[in-house]
Amino acid sequence: MKGKVLKYDQKDINTDLIIPARYLTSSDPNYLAEHCMEDFDKEFAKQIKEKAFSILVAESNFGCGSSREQAPIALKAGGIQCIIAPSFARIFFRNAINIGLPIIEMERVEKLNTDDELIIDVESGFIQNVTRHEKLNIKKFPSFLAEIIQAGGLLEYAKKVIIKK
Amino acid sequence: MSLTITEKIIRNHCKQKNLTAGDFALVTVDRCLANDITAPKAIEIFENIRQESDEIPFDPNKLILTPDHFTPNKDIASANQCKLLREFAHKYKIKHYFEVGRGGIEHCLIPEEGLVAPGELFIGADSHTCTYGALGAFSTGVGSTDLGVAMALGICWLKIPESLKFNFSGRLKEWVSGKDLILYTIGKIGVDGATYKTMEFTGEIIQNLSMSNRFTMCNMAIEAGGKNAIIAPDKITLAYLNDVGLLKYKMVNSDKGAAYIDTIEINCNNIEPQVAFPSSPENVKPITEVDAMKIEIDQSIIGSCTNGRLEDLIIVAKILNHNKIAPDHRCIIIPGTQKIYLEAIKLGLIEIFIQAGAIVSTPTCGPCLGGYMGILAKGEKAISTTNRNFKGRMGHITSEIYLSNPAIAAATAIKGYITSPSYLME
Repeated sequence: MKGKVLKYDQKDINTDLIIPARYLTSSDPNYLAEHCMEDFDKEFAKQIKEKAFSILVAESNFGCGSSREQAPIALKAGGIQCIIAPSFARIFFRNAINIGLPIIEMERVEKLNTDDELIIDVESGFIQNVTRHEKLNIKKFPSFLAEIIQAGGLLEYAKKVIIKK
Repeated sequence: MSLTITEKIIRNHCKQKNLTAGDFALVTVDRCLANDITAPKAIEIFENIRQESDEIPFDPNKLILTPDHFTPNKDIASANQCKLLREFAHKYKIKHYFEVGRGGIEHCLIPEEGLVAPGELFIGADSHTCTYGALGAFSTGVGSTDLGVAMALGICWLKIPESLKFNFSGRLKEWVSGKDLILYTIGKIGVDGATYKTMEFTGEIIQNLSMSNRFTMCNMAIEAGGKNAIIAPDKITLAYLNDVGLLKYKMVNSDKGAAYIDTIEINCNNIEPQVAFPSSPENVKPITEVDAMKIEIDQSIIGSCTNGRLEDLIIVAKILNHNKIAPDHRCIIIPGTQKIYLEAIKLGLIEIFIQAGAIVSTPTCGPCLGGYMGILAKGEKAISTTNRNFKGRMGHITSEIYLSNPAIAAATAIKGYITSPSYLME
């Protein structure tokens, strides 16, 4: 996976900020993407389109709060292909995995900055920061989660693997 | 091997043997829950899986559907979402579909209906599903895809959590409730202090705490990042289960010598009612400090899955009786379920609320998540007995929310600034 970083030096970015409840009367990914992060950064949706950011980096406890799957859906539909933070709230974590959006737990997010070009290899467990000529190790996904991501999310995994069992 | 309640319940629900904290498990789900916000996507996932194979057995009694967040329908879009739930419930003969007027806020309603029991494994597409740990069930919040898969196949993936033990000792001061204990705890460990972990509440204070207060405490485990909260079932639990007519269940307790990654001792002797300042549940201060600040408040919200139970309304009525809501203040009281509402009418509480100048709403999550029924304008401040005070959650992005127990909210409604009932009675 290759992409350009958009970084927020902010911990506890909650699901109300990612997608406010006033938009939860819809489950249309494109509509949700239009309003993604608007109470936190009005320019978010515009920026990721115009500057082609596809990797979101934030501080710890990203996605805390509600169970709304609309949060990772909005980010993914807006063009985010991967999220990196020191830690994630657990329901957000599982929702992201379940919809096939890779998220990476990495302590040293100070090594990443907005506009950095990254090559991410989740299977081998590293991030290559092309802009800074730096290679960073990341934890590999436990095999169970890797299988869900490889299948393209929990729905596909359930259809391919669980039903067959 | 010595195990915690949580580990035992998960082990009892999966085929894999000898799993411990940190392992992934595919578990069988006893019951699952979705609401008007999370069910539409879950239904889509469910139908998608059933198209793959219609030989999959589906047990309609395992599913609970509660249109409660934006109901009674706040607008056309929410009406359409609720219609989807209703039609699905008809199509699949879902017995536990709770129509508006016959239900209420999910986490007040489900225990009251006897739909969750000790030892069970419960998942809900709502983060506050952790509430039912108060009954000694393993209960946790998930997203819509998880729920759709659980509806269709009866299973869910879980990472077995490590457990944190919280031991509450001492005596409770006047006006201190379960809400204050959990706010104090979140203040102590932070909003990510229990991320991915179980919060097991124990100690003499918990043993003497009412079910209503236990629900409140477990409800807010998610605000510390917890996967689930759990309280060992005891005679208070049994009396509650008996009241709601639940007779069959399996009591599960933690073994002596079970492994906890940490034990946090909390002596309650000096804990005062707590107020969480904007915009995080961990920003807590004791009421004596807050009272001195004379923070003016425009609106109070009393209700929600955290504090919308009868015991909460009784406390509020005691404080509002023969008092008036402050002239520039709006007080909105929301009973958690139709049953609670009716009991409150019978006990004369609703008359007290209305005489005081408060309004009483039909059960709804409404304002808690900025849905409707009390949205805040630019710069307004609210005190609320709900669970989250995130920036902009209840309305305009510059509006602010203070979290408290129902007694503090009621006293604040009378004075118009954040205060305690202790000062009213002086």
